[in-house]
Amino acid sequence: MIAYLIRRIAYAIPILIGVNLLTFALFFVVNTPDDMARMQLGIKRVTPEAIARWEQQHGYDKPRLFNSAANGADKITDTIFWQKSVSMFVLDFGYSDDGRNISREIATRMGPSLAIALPTFLIGLLIYVSFALVMTLFRASALDTAGVALCVVLMSISGLFYIIGGQFLISRLWHLVPISGYAGGMDSIKFVVLPVIIGVIGGIGASSRWYRTIFLEEIGKDYVRTARAKGLSELRVLFSHVLKNAMIPILTGVVVVIPLLFMGSLLTESFFGIPGLGSYTIDAINAQDFSVVRAMVFLGSLLYIAGLILTDISYTVVDPRVRLS
Amino acid sequence: MKRLVAYLLFALLAACDGQLWNNPYPASDAGRSILYTAFTERPKHLDPAQAYSENEYEFLANIYAPPLQYHYFKRPYQLVPLAASEMPVVIYQDRLHHPLPDTAPTDKIAYSVYEIHIKPGMRYQPHPAFATDGQGKPEYDHLTPDELRGIHAPGDFPHSGTRIVKSADYVNQIKRLAHPQLHLPIYGVMSEYIVGLKDYAATLQQALQKHPDDFLDLDAYPLPGVQVVNDTTYRITIKGKYPQFAYWLAMPFFAPMPREAERFYAQAGMKQRNLTLDWWPVGSGPFYLSENDPNRRMVLSKNPYYDSERYPVTGEPGDVQAGLLADAGLSLPLTDKVVFTLEKETIPYWNKFLQGYYDASGISSDSFDQAVQVSVGGETSVSQDMREKGITLSTSVATSTMYTGFNWLDPVVGGVCENSKSAPSPQPSDETSNHSTKPSTNDGKVAGYPEGESVARGPSKRSDSSCNPERARKLRQAISIAVDFEEFVSIFANGRGIAAQSPIPPGIFGYREGRAGINPVVYDWVDGQPRRKPISQAKRLLAEAGYPDGVDEKTHQPLVINLDTTASGVGNKSRLDWLRKQFDKINVQLVVRSTDYNRFQDKIRRGDTQMFYYGWNADYPDPENFLFLLNGAQAKVGGDGENAANYNNPEYNRLFEEMKNMENSPERQLIIDRMLEILHEDSPWLWGYHPKNYVLQHGWLHNVKPNVMANNKLKYWRVDARQRDLFRARWNQPQLLPLWLVTIALLSFGLWMWRALRLREEARSL
Repeated sequence: MIAYLIRRIAYAIPILIGVNLLTFALFFVVNTPDDMARMQLGIKRVTPEAIARWEQQHGYDKPRLFNSAANGADKITDTIFWQKSVSMFVLDFGYSDDGRNISREIATRMGPSLAIALPTFLIGLLIYVSFALVMTLFRASALDTAGVALCVVLMSISGLFYIIGGQFLISRLWHLVPISGYAGGMDSIKFVVLPVIIGVIGGIGASSRWYRTIFLEEIGKDYVRTARAKGLSELRVLFSHVLKNAMIPILTGVVVVIPLLFMGSLLTESFFGIPGLGSYTIDAINAQDFSVVRAMVFLGSLLYIAGLILTDISYTVVDPRVRLS
Repeated sequence: MKRLVAYLLFALLAACDGQLWNNPYPASDAGRSILYTAFTERPKHLDPAQAYSENEYEFLANIYAPPLQYHYFKRPYQLVPLAASEMPVVIYQDRLHHPLPDTAPTDKIAYSVYEIHIKPGMRYQPHPAFATDGQGKPEYDHLTPDELRGIHAPGDFPHSGTRIVKSADYVNQIKRLAHPQLHLPIYGVMSEYIVGLKDYAATLQQALQKHPDDFLDLDAYPLPGVQVVNDTTYRITIKGKYPQFAYWLAMPFFAPMPREAERFYAQAGMKQRNLTLDWWPVGSGPFYLSENDPNRRMVLSKNPYYDSERYPVTGEPGDVQAGLLADAGLSLPLTDKVVFTLEKETIPYWNKFLQGYYDASGISSDSFDQAVQVSVGGETSVSQDMREKGITLSTSVATSTMYTGFNWLDPVVGGVCENSKSAPSPQPSDETSNHSTKPSTNDGKVAGYPEGESVARGPSKRSDSSCNPERARKLRQAISIAVDFEEFVSIFANGRGIAAQSPIPPGIFGYREGRAGINPVVYDWVDGQPRRKPISQAKRLLAEAGYPDGVDEKTHQPLVINLDTTASGVGNKSRLDWLRKQFDKINVQLVVRSTDYNRFQDKIRRGDTQMFYYGWNADYPDPENFLFLLNGAQAKVGGDGENAANYNNPEYNRLFEEMKNMENSPERQLIIDRMLEILHEDSPWLWGYHPKNYVLQHGWLHNVKPNVMANNKLKYWRVDARQRDLFRARWNQPQLLPLWLVTIALLSFGLWMWRALRLREEARSL
């Protein structure tokens, strides 16, 4: 397995370089260093000298990918791409274009993002799987039909509606939790309750239907019939046999998103005033802050690759027949 | 499991901490003199040499104390001393630095010397940069990585100190306006005025190149234009006469900057911890930044050493009756703390205001009908719901103008044909090669151009045969009449704005009320108010321009006008549709060229537009700050200035030069009147509108008077915390019934399911 992991990590390096190159190309197709400088300096009274100075201070006065005026290795290294990219491979993200330490910013924002995403993920998973099992248990009954219909209805409603509706009902009308905001430590609980509830409810429709489909597929297999023939109760069949055997498709969808929980959610964080990572990339794109954009894309890619590796490892845990080699 | 549940219950109870369940603030805040407000965008810079945006000044103006400020109550806006002990004395000099009388003609004045006396005994906020050891030496000037471990904010240092503000600190800040390692938004302007600033920047640049890793000690490099006279007096020498310089002295650019602070933050390891002067200001104003988490909240705390200012004792007629002078003579600031919370979305902001968790709020379009009612006579007041909550409304016209410009270099709507000789040719680029500045019809023909003529790109290559300034002027006038900005304000701004008659908004010298102030090209004066001219007048002008019924009489092609804008998407569709309809009134086709921000700015810089949306927010309340937007020398194309329309009228330019350095006087008003006449006739802009600010505040917030120029208003505001707590408790009692109902429903469902399952199992076993 170790050899497999080393190989997967080695594969990740060209992927990360490719992602980095693509991000660089896409960003600079849309924005020029002049545009970036103007965005940072504002619209009023900006002189060409100020723009040139900003570009020089931030290293955007160099050629982008190839420096034909330089000698030797400098042709490659004395470029914007090299200067802004290499340090990221040792997780040194440098400074944003407005002068903040990006690593510190990420470390500060990751906690609040996790405070929302992790409970939403765990509670959600528990509820979605349980609801799907209930529908499976009562399959082909009125409860199952009503459950599926409810799922379709919930799926059809926009996430924004849940947020605004939830804020209106639970905070505005019933005064049970703050509408928005965040605090550290234990004080954070009252702020995360509402986004977590809304996040969980918002995901019930799609997730429960998906899990129900998985369970229904499993429940028709021979081993289930054998278990029933042995006289096991329906609950035992579902929880001890069906759920266990349905873990591979569940893990495929679930484990891969675990590392991405760190990245937060733009909409939720924006409406609930959560100081997480969700809006960091979007704000950076709007501010044309390349340093932050490339750092966040790099981090996202890294976490996604980590998620895929974790998924592979999890297969070996739930299914002894799977061996990584 | 039981333990886990008990722990969670305990945590939940601890989080509720015995206060209202939906209160976003700690229980310890109750009853305290704290002002709660919000910010919607995180500030980029908090260094007074670098910050220039409104969202940055919201903080900085309350932290730093420049020499002057705007009187909080008096209108028109009036400068008064803040850190200065009196208004600066200006001494005019000739080329040989001989003094001249105040009445000396402008062309004889070579230099103006501003002598500024600051109040003695003012002190800086508490800060570790001022902390000293037992021997009086700085305690934190040689910090090691070990000493910085666990330090993330100035408040994490065990000790702090203060010191007296000196005139040298003001001089130091002016020198920083040329610092080669900072972004300097006003360096361009100031280097034109402050004697020696341009050379000073070059000197500092050279010094930095020699020793790039060293701290740049500005004391080692004298700047001829600024001079320390003694600890409380300094002089600034500027070139020529520039009365508007006094307004700049009211901005944080000219606040004092202690060298200890610069040295403190320049130490190794500080920047990695985001400990910079650009992030943790060091000021001598009424507040200091005690908490800086721009992703969540920023907190200004009362500067314990600020004792140099009292609440104004005079105001305007009516201010006493409004209770605005009840605190006259009290020491400022009147609140202990100001908590700014980041609210990116308007809905939670508005709801928290209604719950009493913000003391004041603007009004979004979504909430306008809920908050404000407009009477038949057009007067606005708060709605009944708001009135019952004790909420009041204050309105003010912003010192801003939102306009639609015509590109003066355009052959169809522009004003000159020979302009290509004076304006440099725009550089071709790949992006623009697909766009002609000439309006084209759907079949590829070009309105206003002889058929078959090749379409040239850029204003410098256009055909003179198609260019007729008189036609273009009448066309602009016709469009000015057709586009009904009263309707625009009514539909899209909920009436929060006034249709502009010229670039100058109300409240600025040069603005005329009543009949004398209307734009006679667009309005008639009827029944004591301006009335937009009938559309038939616009059609007549259009016909005179050579486009009868919107068709070019030479080419017989319909006239097409292009509008460049960054507005796009569903949100802006209704506005753009409305604008098209305005053009339809005179049968002119409007083509909207939506583009991203970068490309739009690029087009403006190259003069590659025909019409465009733009706006201007005044730096200071002087007509010069609006009229310069149409000065030929300030053209974007060729001049890289702020004249986005590239308007160029020699007479206007001459009058502008004459007016700009004059004191406000009847003579100045006459010149402005003539300038506005020229502008009305030329119509280089659709004058658009001046936005109105609507602010709602709760009854427990006192001393609020709209002042669009002063950013340091927070020190005057006072909250009645006891009253606020009472109202909050009344409005926010938790409703537990829904909680019980949900719990009962879930339990019932669980029980029913358990029973159904049992029945099913029993049925199977039979």
